Amino acid sequence: MSALDPREELAQRLGLLHLPPLRFDSPRDVRERLAQHDYLSDDSIASVTFLADRLAKPILVEGPAGTGKTALAKAVADSIGARLIRLQCYEGLDESKALYEWNYRKQLLRIQAGRPEGSAEEWSHLEEDIFAEEFLLTRPLLEAITATDPVVLLIDEVDRVELETEALLLEILSEYQVSIPELGTVKAQQIPMVFLTSNNTRELSEALKRRCLYLYVGYPDVERERDIILSRVPGISTALAEQIAQVVRSLRMLDLKKAPSVSETLDWARTLVVLGREEIGEADATATLHILLKYQSDIERATKELLGRSKPVA
Amino acid sequence: MLNLLGDFIGELRAAGIPVSMSEHVDSARAMEAIDLSDRSLVKNSLAATLVKDGDHMPVFNTAFEVFFANRSLASVEEMLNAEDEDSDEMTREGAAGASGPGQSRGEGGGASSSMSAQELADLLFRALRDGNREALRQAANEAVTRYAGMEPGRPVGGTYYLYRTLRNLELDKLEERLSQVSLAPGESEDVLVQRLARDEARARVEMLKAEIEREIRERLVDDRGAQALAKSVRKPLPEDLDVMHANRDEMAQLERALRPLSRKLAVRLARRRRRRHRGPIDLRHTVRRSLSTGGVPIDLRFKPPRPAKPEIIVIADISGSVASFARFTLHLVHAISSQFSKVRSFVFVDGLDEVSRLFEGVDDPSEAVARINAEADVIAFDGHSDYGRAFLTFHERFADQITKRSTILILGDARNNYHQAHAEVIADLKYRARAVYWLNPEPTSYWDSGDSIVSQYAPYCDKVIECRTLRQLEAFVGELA
Repeated sequence: MSALDPREELAQRLGLLHLPPLRFDSPRDVRERLAQHDYLSDDSIASVTFLADRLAKPILVEGPAGTGKTALAKAVADSIGARLIRLQCYEGLDESKALYEWNYRKQLLRIQAGRPEGSAEEWSHLEEDIFAEEFLLTRPLLEAITATDPVVLLIDEVDRVELETEALLLEILSEYQVSIPELGTVKAQQIPMVFLTSNNTRELSEALKRRCLYLYVGYPDVERERDIILSRVPGISTALAEQIAQVVRSLRMLDLKKAPSVSETLDWARTLVVLGREEIGEADATATLHILLKYQSDIERATKELLGRSKPVA
Repeated sequence: MLNLLGDFIGELRAAGIPVSMSEHVDSARAMEAIDLSDRSLVKNSLAATLVKDGDHMPVFNTAFEVFFANRSLASVEEMLNAEDEDSDEMTREGAAGASGPGQSRGEGGGASSSMSAQELADLLFRALRDGNREALRQAANEAVTRYAGMEPGRPVGGTYYLYRTLRNLELDKLEERLSQVSLAPGESEDVLVQRLARDEARARVEMLKAEIEREIRERLVDDRGAQALAKSVRKPLPEDLDVMHANRDEMAQLERALRPLSRKLAVRLARRRRRRHRGPIDLRHTVRRSLSTGGVPIDLRFKPPRPAKPEIIVIADISGSVASFARFTLHLVHAISSQFSKVRSFVFVDGLDEVSRLFEGVDDPSEAVARINAEADVIAFDGHSDYGRAFLTFHERFADQITKRSTILILGDARNNYHQAHAEVIADLKYRARAVYWLNPEPTSYWDSGDSIVSQYAPYCDKVIECRTLRQLEAFVGELA
């Protein structure tokens, strides 16, 4: 049984002359190359990234804020030497911001410039002219499709757009093409890697999920967090990094409104390094807890639970 | 492989995870693209192609452990046995009791063990202290052989075996011992250091638990086959759990599921309201605009929308049997209280008390909900639910505040302990209010059995709804706003 390889199939559909080369040899290769760009992945991140390349499918990355979802896309782009094209989603995003827009002013100029030569110019000719690619303003999605150099497309915080707007993404995610009514279909020049991130503030549509591989990025375990701290914070000792990772784990086990994210952990680690600490004492912990926790009630609870005090020392 | 995959996906669907045809195809393609001998890669690939929701991961993990338990592990274990030949007596004993693909592993407790309880405890302790996974696996193996007392052929899911093993291991003591060890003598007065040591010890003991659970599951798969076992360990998704009969673990799962659920519901409702931005035609404005077009109303003008925000009155039975259901509902309703003009909550057992004040100025409804039990004054006599009396009290004190804008939600199983129903009160409330809904956490088939008197109240309610799971609850509350 020789089912067509998904990449070959897609390349045929897009009419690509050459099958694009594979980007990664194995999940281990993914891990190592991401590590070179200071991104420490784990088993599932490496496996899914590898698989996305093999199956030519987008990855939907979900998880709490500040766990390195966006950083993953950046690191992947760096490690394969590609340009990162980023579409930041927000409520009210529409196709003129995401896909393409006609350059109305330029079209107007073209019409006016054509006039003095007399009314002999045929309307159909003019119409053909002003709806040419020259008058098209490409927005991130179309840009990623038309690019000839290697690109990684990042669609950030896709859960912020309305359910209806999600539909804009479907064609590009499954077919790697964009249909423009006046121009026809623009097909991708290559198979770009696509990342979508979501903070899970709402349920994404089935149609979108079905087209993507799903990757859940949670908080890292103690060992991985320690390694992340070591690689991202220069001049920190292993013992301190380990202790920081342990404190953060204990904090995450408390029932807090907002658990500390990896980026906040890094901020905290940098602070302690600047303060010249080699280990965390109670006093340091109390004085710097506000870097990790952003709600007063959380700080109070953490002070009570972890330090056995009823009130934080202000 | 394809057959196995098909069975596996069948199991996922049976557990409630929606797997579409195209996802099935994707997973098969993924299996062609990867190295199948790498078990974690197989697992991650299947998860990425089949499961599209973080909350579904635990269910997927269980199913995966069952279906792909010893198939790929068999070769790994054989390798381990070979290595064990030159290691010490004790560990070989442990491994021999557990392996060999054809051998039935479900023998009774302790038969093949030469280790004393103390030795086993020490082995466990050392494995945990050093974080040595291999030794931990051996020790878990030994512990299961010794304590679980597994009997072949019994159609069980293994929770009982797990419980028996864990009880015998005295994990509390182990945890205590572990946290003591990692503390250097001088440091032990530092609260933070102590706490960290304790959390570390707990994390390691959790590791042991997981290891033992895996061991038991593997033996069960050997004994009864994957499909049969999958059926008995299948757990419903959190949103499909029956709230009334959830055990403590499931309750914790429900609590965890509730917060994101209510947040998502709030976001969805707020967006829905914002999108409805057209009210009815504003005639005055339209006519004025039409003057510029010679009196032809080309440019229609609309009144700004005035969303009808209902006022919600929740009357909840918080006696033992339905307390958790009431808590969830109160949480959910208050989480989206911005969608209503007002939310008032009353709770009762045989007396009735208003608890709206607890929710005022609190960001997180779960805090308020937690305070209800301590602060609400709901017991007037013997502490058994008395719906009739509670409704009478409510009517007496608050009936005049019910208007045509109020929607009343009554939560409870209507098990009245053979007291008087006083259904006429509900009839009067219905007359005053916009609508009266009754949410019953019992399955419909139990209604009117024993002391349940749902049907006496039902004629006076606009709707009586069976509401047993978070999913049903969310759907109902979403409709309300």
